Amino acid sequence: MLITRKVEFSSSHVCRQAGLSEEENLRLYGEGANPHGHGHNYVAEITLAGEPDPATGMVYDLKDLKQVINDEVVEVYDHRFLNHEVPPFDRVVPTPENIVRDLWRRLAPHFKGDVKLHSVRLFETHDLYVDYFGGEAG
Amino acid sequence: MRLTRRYHFAASHRLHSQKLSEETNREVYGKCNNPFGHGHDYVLEVSVRGPVDEQTGLVVNLINLDGLVRREVLEDFDHKNINTQIPTFADSVPTTENVALEIRSRLARKWEGTFQDGLPRLERIRLFETRKNIIQVEEHHGR
Repeated sequence: MLITRKVEFSSSHVCRQAGLSEEENLRLYGEGANPHGHGHNYVAEITLAGEPDPATGMVYDLKDLKQVINDEVVEVYDHRFLNHEVPPFDRVVPTPENIVRDLWRRLAPHFKGDVKLHSVRLFETHDLYVDYFGGEAG
Repeated sequence: MRLTRRYHFAASHRLHSQKLSEETNREVYGKCNNPFGHGHDYVLEVSVRGPVDEQTGLVVNLINLDGLVRREVLEDFDHKNINTQIPTFADSVPTTENVALEIRSRLARKWEGTFQDGLPRLERIRLFETRKNIIQVEEHHGR
């Protein structure tokens, strides 16, 4: 069984590489390469896989899940300029692909028992989202 | 990693099969058989899957993907009459199923020329005719 909890956070970012020309940055990242930065209301959907506990009827206590998400995502990302304030984005381009993998790295260690982190979906906008399932192939 | 991009287009159509009688058309398609047609705000979701390029942090170059979808789909479908202005539908019924298959085929035939080594893969498309009617076509469907 899968259970999903959503969270929103608002952050600014710049997608560009210092070693590339303006033209190359625009070719890769388009408007996202504006060096002054811009922001999004990100929405992340964190999905766990497990079976309901016979006594509680719950796969995972949603209060606990909310706390993990608050500590690992909201406290870290919300109202931050990712490139300046949230490592590894001082050296890694904060594309949605890289952000979703960072969310996975922060969240996965909390789910080592019978309940596993199944996937993280990150909406950068209503019209763009990524799904990550862990590992290299992901 | 799977990346999904949503696109929007507005188009009109009429569901009417030349293989069926007038009466059967009315029975099968109901309101959608109205001779003057009707329209929808379609939403197209294109999902690609592949590894993240560690240099760029991208699974796909969105500018290339947007350009491909614009040229192959949106320019032909947006604010058009699908029955009269998209040649495939001169003799095929523009159900959401058939429109989705046409879109998949248009993207697939230009995929290799747009993305080096065909990466990422075109994993699936979903076409929302309305918020309530959704057709999903997977990568290998019908091949």
